[in-house]
Amino acid sequence: MSTTKPIIELRDVRKSFGAFEALKGINAVINEGEFFSLLGPSGCGKTTLLRMIAGFEPPTAGDISIDGKSMDGIAANARPTNMVFQSYAIFPHLSVADNVGYGLKTKKLPKADIKREVDGALAMVDLVGYGDRGAHELSGGQRQRVALARALVMRPKVILLDEPLSALDKKLRDQMQFELRELQKSLGITFILVTHDQEEALIMSDRIAVMFEGEIAQLATPEELYRRPATQRVASFIGVMNFLEAKLESSSDQGVTLDIAALGNVTLPYQAVPQGMNPAQIAKVGIRPEMLTLLFDPTDKAENEVQAEVVSSDYYGDMTYYSVSLPNQKDPVIISMRNTAGRSIAAPGSPVRVGWGVESVVLFE
Amino acid sequence: MARGLSREDKQGLTLIGLPFGYALIMLAAPLAMVVTFSFWTQNYLDIDRTLTLENYRAVFSQPIYQTLLWRSLRISLIVTVVTVVLAFPIAYYLSFHVKKNKALWLFLITVPFWTSYLLRVFLWKVILGYNGVLNTALLKAGIIEEPLTFILYNANAVVLTLAHAWAPFAILPIFVALEKIDRSLLEAAEDLGDGPFRRFWRVTFPLAIPGVVAATLIVLIPTVGDFITPKLVGGTDGLMVANMIQIQFGKANNAPLGAALAVTSMVVVAIISVGIYLVGRKIGGRVAR
Repeated sequence: MSTTKPIIELRDVRKSFGAFEALKGINAVINEGEFFSLLGPSGCGKTTLLRMIAGFEPPTAGDISIDGKSMDGIAANARPTNMVFQSYAIFPHLSVADNVGYGLKTKKLPKADIKREVDGALAMVDLVGYGDRGAHELSGGQRQRVALARALVMRPKVILLDEPLSALDKKLRDQMQFELRELQKSLGITFILVTHDQEEALIMSDRIAVMFEGEIAQLATPEELYRRPATQRVASFIGVMNFLEAKLESSSDQGVTLDIAALGNVTLPYQAVPQGMNPAQIAKVGIRPEMLTLLFDPTDKAENEVQAEVVSSDYYGDMTYYSVSLPNQKDPVIISMRNTAGRSIAAPGSPVRVGWGVESVVLFE
Repeated sequence: MARGLSREDKQGLTLIGLPFGYALIMLAAPLAMVVTFSFWTQNYLDIDRTLTLENYRAVFSQPIYQTLLWRSLRISLIVTVVTVVLAFPIAYYLSFHVKKNKALWLFLITVPFWTSYLLRVFLWKVILGYNGVLNTALLKAGIIEEPLTFILYNANAVVLTLAHAWAPFAILPIFVALEKIDRSLLEAAEDLGDGPFRRFWRVTFPLAIPGVVAATLIVLIPTVGDFITPKLVGGTDGLMVANMIQIQFGKANNAPLGAALAVTSMVVVAIISVGIYLVGRKIGGRVAR
């Protein structure tokens, strides 16, 4: 993003339902033209937050402003946002064209303009010629496109998407992820996506806010989230992470030396320690499965090596996921290996050498 | 089509056989009898079984029968409109604003049914009578100087009594139709710029039409043929076609003429009902699927 003009500012946004605190003070700035995702398990408050931005729920405390204007007391029908509902909410008594033109009719646009805009929006979502169809004549994917066209045609500042792809099958979902992303890039409209699917969030987003129990645990780019998760919980929510017991051995000019029970002593440069973390507090390190390597060939070399034993293997076609038991480590670690030509799957019980690099280690308190 | 019946077909036929036979005997047979009767002639104590259209000629030529039929239709149409218009807000409130204990509310709506229909009509007599509850209250309060007489023994009383008696039958189908509306549709309408009023007319009401049509038919069809209410609270000016049918079968001892009246009003009601159904389907458009 070349310009970073904030479009949505959330200041200490709170929401309580009776005694239950759904949101415990959300602070975030979402920039114009950004594809922003709210990611978290169900019940984490992500949908509540989206509905509050849309105007369906008032915040208990705090302020939501859109395009520099506070949305306090402004109803959903007066906000510059439009929503794509999880159920799509296609009006069953209206044709596709009437569904898409619904909001324009409220704006009192002339009929000819509505028709032109609707045709344009339908073309954008690849539904040319579907205008006269009834809502019940559409497939799931088509309903999703109609819902999107109905939001796009309003030319809102922000489009809110509430798990829009969760009802689609895997193949259609992959395709729609790609199309949504392309559409968002070409239009430059800010999209806010709510999803519980970490893969979906990683693929589509410019930035992701990971939420647990009404709080943002980490707000970062997909790469940052994956490579430098702030907490163990974020690390295990996004992809797979192996956690190994560790403690501070010593500090020196070169950096901090950690004693990792399963891997031995290792010295990390100071910049590997996250800001605000006291090295003495370090309790665990994390390593992603693909950052560990099984050294099958005697000639294979790695920065560091450790002797281990294969416990089991799961074959995924392109990849094999090994459970490997490391010395001084109770739970086996997961190691993913690409299945290259001529390599056989290591049998359970066979001894292996595990290679790893210092830069792949993530520190946790 | 395969020859013979599959196992499933046989099972189905066995299951519906008995109730179907019951319905045939209890419903179709009397109906067939009434239709047959309407083509016969009463000859003092005997029935002349030569087929004739004389009864229908009487129904369509003598003004009294047409007056009664028109009055019945007019009264029941007014009752239907009043009932449905009053039932809609109740059903709406129940569906959209009652969050807890919906079942209790529905249960309370059936409270009037705990006493017999006859008793309820009598109670209206007590309420609306010359020295009735309403008149006494208004007199004592000094609102009126002498008892109101236009509230009992006329068509107004019939409308009032019937509208009260049939209210639950109108509330329930409208309530069901409103309950079926996906609430996210209303949010979508709001999201797309509609205020509450526009949203109601563009989404809620069109989607409730199947329920409104059902309520209309449920109230209209039986009220045309009601005879207890007009007899008890209708006076002379509130008499309806069913009272005449009863008279023909009873005091007047002319069952064939009564049968012809019954068949005629049945056909008229059927035509009106089909009309309402078709109009409802057209307005409700793609909803009624």
